Amino acid sequence: MATRKKTQKEQMQEAILYPIDWIEERSGLIGGLKYFLFRKVPGDINWFQTLGSATLTAFLVQALTGVILAMYYKPDPQNAYSSIQHITNDVWAGWLVRGMHRWGASVFIILMFLHMGRVFLFGAYKYPRELNWILGVLLLASGLAEGFTGYLLPWDQTAYWATIVGINLNGTAPFLGPFIAQFLQGGTYIDDGTIARFYAIHMLMIPGAIIALITLHLYLVIRLGVTSPPWSKEAAGTGSIVKRERTGRRGLTRPGPRRKP
Amino acid sequence: MQPPEDHPHVPGPSLWPVGFAVGVVVFMVGLIVSWWIAGLGALLALAFAFLWVRDLTAGTSLALAPDVEPERVAGADVPVAPGETAMVLSPSEERYPRSKFLELSTLGLGGVIGGIVTAPALGFMIAPSFLKQGTKDHDLGPLTDFPEGKYVVATFMSDPKQGEVSRRTAYVRYNGQVSGQPSFTVISNHCAHLGCPVQPNGPLEESQKKQIGDVTLIPTISIAGFGCPCHGGQYDTEGNRTSGPPVRALDRYAFSIRNGHLYVGHAFSVSHVDGAGATAKIHKWTQAFPGEPVSGWESWLYPIQPPH
Repeated sequence: MATRKKTQKEQMQEAILYPIDWIEERSGLIGGLKYFLFRKVPGDINWFQTLGSATLTAFLVQALTGVILAMYYKPDPQNAYSSIQHITNDVWAGWLVRGMHRWGASVFIILMFLHMGRVFLFGAYKYPRELNWILGVLLLASGLAEGFTGYLLPWDQTAYWATIVGINLNGTAPFLGPFIAQFLQGGTYIDDGTIARFYAIHMLMIPGAIIALITLHLYLVIRLGVTSPPWSKEAAGTGSIVKRERTGRRGLTRPGPRRKP
Repeated sequence: MQPPEDHPHVPGPSLWPVGFAVGVVVFMVGLIVSWWIAGLGALLALAFAFLWVRDLTAGTSLALAPDVEPERVAGADVPVAPGETAMVLSPSEERYPRSKFLELSTLGLGGVIGGIVTAPALGFMIAPSFLKQGTKDHDLGPLTDFPEGKYVVATFMSDPKQGEVSRRTAYVRYNGQVSGQPSFTVISNHCAHLGCPVQPNGPLEESQKKQIGDVTLIPTISIAGFGCPCHGGQYDTEGNRTSGPPVRALDRYAFSIRNGHLYVGHAFSVSHVDGAGATAKIHKWTQAFPGEPVSGWESWLYPIQPPH
């Protein structure tokens, strides 16, 4: 009996592993995923190092709920407000998904700032990670632009006048300001094209940019490794468990004895 | 040639940033307190920034770039007919290699194709915001609807096809006849701070409300000027700023009179108004976005206005 059970288990393992092996053999994706997930991190990191992943999770929640909201939302002045009412009051769980998107937006922005504060206080922006700080600043700007363009979409009095003020704030930038403001409005005044324009920017243009920037941001995290906390005695970014040749000069990325200058 | 330095360039400790920060703080305090202090702060910040940058660049590759010998391509000896000396091709006469040509033509063609595809799409995104912007004159009704010396709150749809989103509000006052012509003051309700709707500071006669098509007219009883609910900007009855954050007077609409009806036209910006009523002198400028000064040195920050 025991031997039969064992073979059954083995058969099951084989059945599960077969498609995984099939994919790995043809693409190397499984190895890539392992390389991505099973990286060495300094032994004394703490919960502060999870703020980046938390921000990523908040973005994924925004992306998912936003795509679903787009199935019910109508971006034109006659229907925008009533379609939001419809989502909130009539559609099953619409109040929940809209609430997740509405409050998740604030969570996303707050987490970005906390993550930035952690990186700053831990000195994780220093060589060789300056470029990742710059990418992070671009992500922060894109996130704030998402907040600005998304705020108009409910098309109530708050949305309308807050957007007027926001556009006119852009308009006071020297030299190019008036052109930026008129571009955002799609004309001299907020008209029936403005809301569709903000919708397109909010759900297609900036999210695309954010996804591209997050990809680069993560690529650099994997390439450079996780920074040790300031109190750590370990070298930062001690690489992956999976062996890989590293090129470039020795330094924080490739710890080793440093030469005297 | 020396191999590149094997350690990161970390600038040495420096006190200049402290001076720079102090300069910036003095400048910001000066912006609130006095222009002299702001100027002093700016000078301090600039001086220390210069010293700091000089400190940073000293001793790095920026300042001490080593003289690198240009790489020599060995001239190829081309054998010629016996008896003559071999011709030496200097690097500048080297043949243009095929691979280089293919690389550049691929990049060039790709760039051209990308440009041809992108240019119309970008134009489609940007141009409509700036083309065909003009406004049509709008009929506000017969002159008899506007009592002399009193403001009437008039709202109208600047483009009825677009519906309520195009509704504009103007404060209209009949100033009586000036040399045989009726005079009107037509003030826009867009605050000159950031564009919120200014409200008349006084009661309205809601019972006297008139509705003709998409135009509504509500007379005021007596108003002491205009105020903005958003950030507290205040204006007098001519639209001059009296307090708060606005940078100029309220915008006005041009008007015309046809067949005994009042028409409002395009809007224009006003830096300030001297006098009042029919004899007021209006300092008129091309319409600018709210928050942009139209006179004084700050208006130099907005040299070109997009077509309205």
